[in-house]
Amino acid sequence: MVMFWVSLLAISILLYVLLDGVDLGVGLLFGLASGEARRGTMLSAVAPIWDGNETWLVITAVILWGAFPLVYANLLSAFYLPLIVMLLGLILRGVAFEFRYKTQRLRWIWDLSFAGGSLIATFIQGMTVGALVEGLPFTNGEYSGGAVGWLTPFAVLCGIGLCLGYALLGACWLAKKCEAEVREVAHRQIPVLAVGVLAFLVLVFAYALAEHLPILHRWIDRPYLFVFPAIGAVAATVLALSILRHNDHWPFYMVALIFVSAFGTLALSFWPYMIPFVITIDEAASPHSSLAFMFWGCGVVVFPLMLIYTVISYSVFRGKVGATAGYGHH
Amino acid sequence: MDITALLLSRIQFAFTITFHIIFPSFSIGLAAWLTVLEALSLATGRPVYRGIFEFWLKIFGVAFGLGVVSGIVMAFQFGTNWSVLSKMSGPIQGPLLMFETFWAFMLEASFFGVLIFGRSRVPPWFYLFSTAMVALGTSISAFWIMVNNSWMQVPFGYVMENGVFVPNDWTKIIFNSVVWSRFPHMLLAAYLTGAFCVAATGAWYVLRKVYHAEARIMLRMGLGLAAVLMPIQLLFGHLVGGYVNTYQPSKMAAIEGRWNDEKPGSEVLFAWPDVENRRNLFAITLPPPFGSLIDSDSFTAAETGLNSIPPENWPPVAIPFFTFRIMVGCGMLMLALAWLGSYLSYKHRLAYNRPLLWLTFFSFPLPFIAIITGWFTAEVGRQPWVVFGVLRTADAMTPFLTTQQATISLVIFCAVYAFIFLFGTFYIYRLIRIGPRKPFEIPHLAVPNRPMSLADDEPITEPHHFVAGE
Repeated sequence: MVMFWVSLLAISILLYVLLDGVDLGVGLLFGLASGEARRGTMLSAVAPIWDGNETWLVITAVILWGAFPLVYANLLSAFYLPLIVMLLGLILRGVAFEFRYKTQRLRWIWDLSFAGGSLIATFIQGMTVGALVEGLPFTNGEYSGGAVGWLTPFAVLCGIGLCLGYALLGACWLAKKCEAEVREVAHRQIPVLAVGVLAFLVLVFAYALAEHLPILHRWIDRPYLFVFPAIGAVAATVLALSILRHNDHWPFYMVALIFVSAFGTLALSFWPYMIPFVITIDEAASPHSSLAFMFWGCGVVVFPLMLIYTVISYSVFRGKVGATAGYGHH
Repeated sequence: MDITALLLSRIQFAFTITFHIIFPSFSIGLAAWLTVLEALSLATGRPVYRGIFEFWLKIFGVAFGLGVVSGIVMAFQFGTNWSVLSKMSGPIQGPLLMFETFWAFMLEASFFGVLIFGRSRVPPWFYLFSTAMVALGTSISAFWIMVNNSWMQVPFGYVMENGVFVPNDWTKIIFNSVVWSRFPHMLLAAYLTGAFCVAATGAWYVLRKVYHAEARIMLRMGLGLAAVLMPIQLLFGHLVGGYVNTYQPSKMAAIEGRWNDEKPGSEVLFAWPDVENRRNLFAITLPPPFGSLIDSDSFTAAETGLNSIPPENWPPVAIPFFTFRIMVGCGMLMLALAWLGSYLSYKHRLAYNRPLLWLTFFSFPLPFIAIITGWFTAEVGRQPWVVFGVLRTADAMTPFLTTQQATISLVIFCAVYAFIFLFGTFYIYRLIRIGPRKPFEIPHLAVPNRPMSLADDEPITEPHHFVAGE
């Protein structure tokens, strides 16, 4: 039962990162784009999917609370300010999708809140993962780092790294979904961002070597974990080839694969810890009566339904979006 | 009173949840109203019902969207500010919230898409079915939230193991008199909110002499529904009072402004509770046994007073005392308005009675005020407990949360919420002001996951960019 909920949690987090990573990344690139035509096209490439993507964040939160309350309580309270700022960033960028078309004169406000909200949310998500990898200060099973105990150079580095990663995902999505100028710009951005992401990964590795982070020992202890980085390396190679051939679709799937391999590396090297290296999965798990209740009521039927629903809504909006103009010009 | 992280956290939770409840209570009622309209449209074939349906569907979209956006925050706030509570009650409250997310999200998201895209693609009966499923989804959401909150009011079905609430009987947690009096009370409140907003809109159009046919239907149906539901709501309100009297004597004594044990009890209609000296000033009181009759359905029952409860277990007396009276007052006004309006409407005289039309127009805040003050009564009256009788609010907070952090978060919450609330209500106002004038066009860009895009009040003339199967 615990394994079932760990798997569902992992699937939800991975889906959130991959799906919302796309539209957060487009939000980051949106900040760099100029001209209403380009901006409008970029928005319409993610407009139908962003809200559904964000739902996976809520699903992650409720799985955490219901199945692993100890982790929910410890992590959310430890990351108090960053988390709240991230949520408000997500709200601001979310309403911007609608509100920017209600006004001409004040559109810059909503464009700013879209790009700014995306940047804040992405940076904080990366920083959170970085702080987790490095290890949060805990005393007797309770967070003891104070208001900014998560703020370290490594965490900031990871925040920047995730911005590059999401931007890369977003650029690949734009190459896949758009035509004309937006597609061409995306094709120019992909190699730059890909090199940036690889440089970031090398930097993380170097930092880990220098600092002897606990997580590195786990990689050395468990050589089979290198399966995941290996998958990532293969994906990176295919990515490079597809960039050279100006393919519209392969880069996206390869970057997604790189994300999956990074996620797998991270998750398996934490194993069996949920908050490394303080709280294990079994310590964090809810009692059986809770897990079983959720299994029969939510996990076994409704969760697959939600996956099917996600697939359907993506297939409805497949194909390229209009190249010349955005939507809703009033 | 000292400004502490505890006080700020309570204010923050109160603020964000008060903001949130406005939108679901509106959209739950609207979803049900849309179902009724679609059924009428199918049954009678009159185009006017269809016009009203399409009009209110747009408003539903905005309210629903703001409810979703402000609801995401709630899923996180238990952990950020109340880590001790979420650690202890996670095995019970977590699954209940998960049921809400999983069940309601599935239904709403799937069938909301049909509501927007499906008119021409599905048979009429299926379109009606989809509308009903969206309404069911919003109600299911309300149900699990009420189960969740009711467990905090009166915890059933658990054992304490290692400082954690471990559920040992989910049927007791879900099926108990507390849930099944409070859930209908909330659901009816949401339906009444919808009814009064619809009636107020109708009254506004009649006063402005626009949309004659639609306005009369809105008025008649809104007030008529309210006239039927109000007495039922009073009954369920009474049943909720019954559970409070049984399980939460401290809340009951504060609501009633009752200081001493009485047998049988008297009933304070209005007063100014003087907590310092443990008495009521300017009290207007009905003699015994009215208090026992109202609280315990008995001529002779003994009623508990605050003096027999240790003061450290008192709620802040004045808040539940006044908010309860405001809620009941709003209810009485709504009852009077609904009955009088329905009577005049039945006599075909309502359209000429301008004072009553104005009153109906200005009545739209009443259900919102009643819902918010009702929740204040329930939640503030539960204090000083977060899980009544078991866990104190002061012990439930994140232990290392500082006043500084709590201040920063509260300030930015207020700023951002004020910002989006202003825009959101402005768009709803503009939609209602424009009215059902234009023939409804399929909003090409509105999609299941983007309900707020329905608020685009001008039809979009450009071709749809996302063609299925392209």
